[in-house]
Amino acid sequence: METLKAEKKEKKQETTMRITGAEALIHCLLAEGVDLIYGYPGGAIMPVYDELYKFQDKLTHILTRHEQGAAHAAQGYARVTGKVGVAMATSGPGATNLVTGIADAQIDSTPMVCITGQVTRSLLGSDAFQETDIVGISTPVTKWNYQITRVEEIPEIMAKAFYIARSGRPGPVLVDITKNAQFDELDFKYEKCTGVRSYKPVPEPNLSAIENAAELINNAKRPYIIFGQGVILGEAEAELKALVEKGGIPAAWTILGLSAMETDHPLNVGMVGMHGNYGPNVLTNECDVLIAIGMRFDDRVTGNLATYAKQAKIIHFEIDPAEVNKNVKVDVAVLGNAKETLGMLLPLINKSEHKEWLDEFDKKHQIEFETVIQKDIHPTKEGLTMGEVMEQINMATGNNAVIVSDVGQHQMIACRYAKFTQSKSNITSGGLGTMGFGLPAAIGAKMGAMDREVVAIIGDGGYQMTIQELGVIFQHNVPVKIVVLNNDHLGMVRQWQELFFESRYASTVMTNPDFVKIAEGYHIKSRRVVQRSELKDAVAEMIASKDPYFLEVKVEKEDNVFPMIPTGASVADIRLK
Amino acid sequence: MEKQWYTISVYSENNVGLLNRISGIFLKRHINIEGLNVSKSEIEHVSKFTIVVNTTEDWTRKIVQQIEKQVEVIKAFYHTDDDIIYQESALFKIASHLLFDERQIQNIIKESNSQIVTVSREFFVLAKTGRRHEIDEMHDALEPYGIMQFVRSGRIAVTKAAMPISELLTEFQEN
Repeated sequence: METLKAEKKEKKQETTMRITGAEALIHCLLAEGVDLIYGYPGGAIMPVYDELYKFQDKLTHILTRHEQGAAHAAQGYARVTGKVGVAMATSGPGATNLVTGIADAQIDSTPMVCITGQVTRSLLGSDAFQETDIVGISTPVTKWNYQITRVEEIPEIMAKAFYIARSGRPGPVLVDITKNAQFDELDFKYEKCTGVRSYKPVPEPNLSAIENAAELINNAKRPYIIFGQGVILGEAEAELKALVEKGGIPAAWTILGLSAMETDHPLNVGMVGMHGNYGPNVLTNECDVLIAIGMRFDDRVTGNLATYAKQAKIIHFEIDPAEVNKNVKVDVAVLGNAKETLGMLLPLINKSEHKEWLDEFDKKHQIEFETVIQKDIHPTKEGLTMGEVMEQINMATGNNAVIVSDVGQHQMIACRYAKFTQSKSNITSGGLGTMGFGLPAAIGAKMGAMDREVVAIIGDGGYQMTIQELGVIFQHNVPVKIVVLNNDHLGMVRQWQELFFESRYASTVMTNPDFVKIAEGYHIKSRRVVQRSELKDAVAEMIASKDPYFLEVKVEKEDNVFPMIPTGASVADIRLK
Repeated sequence: MEKQWYTISVYSENNVGLLNRISGIFLKRHINIEGLNVSKSEIEHVSKFTIVVNTTEDWTRKIVQQIEKQVEVIKAFYHTDDDIIYQESALFKIASHLLFDERQIQNIIKESNSQIVTVSREFFVLAKTGRRHEIDEMHDALEPYGIMQFVRSGRIAVTKAAMPISELLTEFQEN
């Protein structure tokens, strides 16, 4: 009996420890495999930072220069690794500064856990210094959020936060922790969360839906796949490729699906959407079976819904039931994780080729090549184009870099022309269109993939929204390659003003600082290119650098991105000029 | 598509922030919540939201999908008025002297099948349970005499068919 008691006691000592909430939080992070977090300290999170100081051999904290930078860096890290990114901030303005990054992660389904400090429990609701209702504020833009006010809640809530952030359709979770819960002590024991009874992350695949899908695909004369980020998040790249090859089905990508399939694959026909490729858009309205995989029919993809793929039977492979029939009515919905559902579909698919149908994509590509692509990547005019810069980067990196873009014209050009051979390599703010995303996200991407070349492509506008993060690149010597495509304008808005507002350039002309000097101020190697003759050499120098490198390319001020589907127009009416 | 009344039943974990999360789904789409009631449900520790909206079926379906997507929501359903048995409650506070001065008021009380909850020297309170239009009719009948205070509850409803939720929860408990 006595020995039994002693054993029990010993066991208890093994599994629990008496520690503060702040220390418990660090143990939670370590238990979840976190080794890197981005953040910014302040009053209400100081007990946690004190523990971070003690645990710095196990957990690296990167001090960004603004909390927005922390959120985007965590996103960049998550997108490139597939792991949960972690950002931390204090209460009040620290927390609200995270919100843009949280909203971005929500709409682009990025797994992220944000931890914010909060005023002590007894002060809640008293308008205390740096008190803000971050749970209220972040509710519409989080997958889940929670305010911890008692220390005992920490292990369970943190376990739940990570589970929810990464499972099913991933997304951001915010956990707000009052200061008393950080200071108080608990008997700490951590158990990973394996389920939440009210939450079903992955729907059960329905075999008959898969059979119906297979029948439609096998009988199709002009089948067409559009794949999105669901393929990447579900790690279904191999299954997608197998389906494309076995069925002989042309496949196009949404901006977030880019890199799920190598760009040079003969059946990879390009990008759909507002600035996507000509064939993939026009032929959306000529296919007979449209197979949408892990994509959500965003308005930038569909253009006018009333004229979108009306002729086609539509099959939707989707993990989130709320996306089914949300924007486009579908004939067959296949719920589940794409890796699993495509895996079940594959044996039912007949081997096929659709040569004539593929030829149509080739013909359309030829038209686009002659009217747009040729001029973009091999220009004959004097001014430098964004497209030729991308072409040089492709050549210098062997199509194997992680490309991080910001938002605007350069983003569209980067996504149109960057080439990829590996998945999880295109990091961009798709759904939210967050200017300022690029630089901090590139820091996170590089730190998540130190063995890979990470090139940030940024416009002169977005660059100045988070330019302060050069401080992180300098302090930690993060070898990111930064390319600013400078046209001295907010180029995309200017393009719209030119096309739809009779060239009234309201607040889109930028008088820019000397970006090279700014980079030099942070002791980052830098170079400016103003002539075509210098471009190749400069890009080669940048890629060869072992250290961070800043390259400014002065591009043509008033170039437009084409093709383009004007807002409200049909995909079939995409403009080539 | 035509607008009509829909009653949405949401079974959820009892969580402080959830009402905010759910109401945000309506707010974002500019759909007015015409009635809201939160109570415990037939299942222990499970709350039930009963929400009434006047909109199209397409919107209602999309809203229910978004509600069900929330982590703490166990299951959400929508029903037309024909699918459910539903009631609302109302209280009317009226000056006591009217009970004697206006004979018609007594008739209204009888005809509407309402109850006098309390009577004091200054006022009396009528309680009425019924369908929305019945309460509206009673309100219209009393209004000419002067209503000191009026309040109506959100709709509460049960479905005629079985709600496919109990099986789901049994399944949860087994796991």
